[in-house]
Amino acid sequence: MYTFSKNLKTFAIVLMVLGLLGIAYGFFSAPKDLDEVKQILTEQAHHGDGGHHVSADAHSDADFEHHAEHVYGQLKNKPWTALYVGSIFVMFVSLGILVFHGINYAASAGWSPVLFRVMEGLSAYLLPGSIIFFLILLASVLGGNHLFIWADDAVVAKDAIIQGKVGYLNVPFFIVRALIFLGGWNLYRVYMRKQSLALDATGDLVYHKKMFKASAGFLAFFIVTESMASWDWIMSIDTHWYSTLFGWYVFASFFVTAITTIAFVTLYLKNKGYLDFVNTSHIHDLAKFMFGLSIFWTYLWFSQFMLQWYSNIPEEVTYFIFRIQEYNLPFFGMLVLNFILPLLLLINTDFKRLTWIVVMAGVCIIIGHYIDFFLMIAPGTVGGSWFIGVEEIGSLMFFIGLFIFVGFNAISKAPLLAKNNPLIEESKHFHY
Amino acid sequence: MSNKVVHAIYNDDDVLLDAVKETRAAHHHIEEVYTPFPVHGLDKAMGLKPTRIAICAFLYGLVGLSFGTAMMYYIMIVDWPQDIGGKPSMSFIQNMPSFVPIMFEMTVLFSAHLMVLTFFMRSKLWPFKKAENPDVRTTDDHFLMEVALNGDEDSAVEFFKKTGAVEVKVIEK
Repeated sequence: MYTFSKNLKTFAIVLMVLGLLGIAYGFFSAPKDLDEVKQILTEQAHHGDGGHHVSADAHSDADFEHHAEHVYGQLKNKPWTALYVGSIFVMFVSLGILVFHGINYAASAGWSPVLFRVMEGLSAYLLPGSIIFFLILLASVLGGNHLFIWADDAVVAKDAIIQGKVGYLNVPFFIVRALIFLGGWNLYRVYMRKQSLALDATGDLVYHKKMFKASAGFLAFFIVTESMASWDWIMSIDTHWYSTLFGWYVFASFFVTAITTIAFVTLYLKNKGYLDFVNTSHIHDLAKFMFGLSIFWTYLWFSQFMLQWYSNIPEEVTYFIFRIQEYNLPFFGMLVLNFILPLLLLINTDFKRLTWIVVMAGVCIIIGHYIDFFLMIAPGTVGGSWFIGVEEIGSLMFFIGLFIFVGFNAISKAPLLAKNNPLIEESKHFHY
Repeated sequence: MSNKVVHAIYNDDDVLLDAVKETRAAHHHIEEVYTPFPVHGLDKAMGLKPTRIAICAFLYGLVGLSFGTAMMYYIMIVDWPQDIGGKPSMSFIQNMPSFVPIMFEMTVLFSAHLMVLTFFMRSKLWPFKKAENPDVRTTDDHFLMEVALNGDEDSAVEFFKKTGAVEVKVIEK
């Protein structure tokens, strides 16, 4: 039985408080009105290159007015974007943990049952995470911000392309879909946890069979809903663009982060002496998944990028041109973090058993995939006015703090070894 | 000293594994073990060094990657930089995404094939090679441990009988 250590609890609460302060700072420092933005822009022009401003003067004042309005919209979106990226990223990671548990259950994996309680515990974040996320979604489509341009009737009225998508992208249907997706995932998670505890208490294999069937059903439900959720919550921000493998791409991104998170928590708990039945072969297997799925993510990233780069069709390639021009360093930097470093660090079998190597590669993967999510969302909402600063990091800190708090709290509620699972003996003696 | 070896034949892989451990503990030198299928843990029990073939494969992959990169760079950028369908051929990096499939396949091709060839060379396998099994049954259902004989023949035979061998022979090599 794990007891939630005081230090970790304090750490999580400090993260949450600092994160909240960062988020609040973001909302207070956002410009209040158009004049403030105009002032910022004029100052920037004076500071940066005076010559540019002179030439700008040659254009009409209407241009400047228009530009200022545009930047005002971006800056108003900035704290919302920071909040949104952090919230969807951490929620998807907990969803990924749930899915990994489901896959291992449906596949009757013999190596992983000793890690089931860690996965069950960490996926407890899904409920609070999806409630917060749903509230942010509600605020976004009901006019609280301008993340989804299709939710703004004034924009849709002038935009024939969005008008063509209104059958799918309309506020009531969007909210109903979100409710179905989040509700379905949470129902499965609650059901699994209940059956798992019942199996532990009674040893009746009926519960095991129920969980097996539920996992298989959930995986089918998940892959459909995840794909649609990625269109709804991420792709629809760039309303004029679409990509057919986007759902898989988003899945690969949070799934590899989820497995990294499982590895981190497992290493932490093992280090504290709570997981004596977990050996280096289990860590080796998790590291193998991190390695393989990092390459899988890169494969999808490249397939999406290369196909659009190669055909160079104006209506879809603008997505990448904008990112390469305005987000050059994060756009290519994340390839180093998400592909090259994990590839080189985790290719060696001996390295996959070393805690510090797995942690190093894992840190790269987590940072890299946060940037990946940032790059999927921010260019469509804040455009060129992006920066990963106080509010972005604050938002991530808040949600990670909440994740640790809820996750470890749930881990401490049940014994760390699911004792009546029929595969548990095999898993305890797993050796690779 | 004569070149005599003991051939201890077993009919179960668990017995064989135990026998290997006992033989090593008794400081007999195991020359070779013939089995009809891979016995899990046998290499560890015999104290064989781990293979380095994966390291070879990694290096061959780097060679393949370099080859693919250099080839595409020379052909498409240096030698004849044509405008093909508007693809930018001014520098390698500009047209790099379209070379990636070739670079990737070259890496895999070199890595896989050179690794297999290395395996054949190091394990001395080729089409008209004469088979080396000392007893035809070792390809079907028997396990044979070949041990160098030093010292008394009778006590050695006795020792291997005790390890569970179904048959022990002393052979002049």
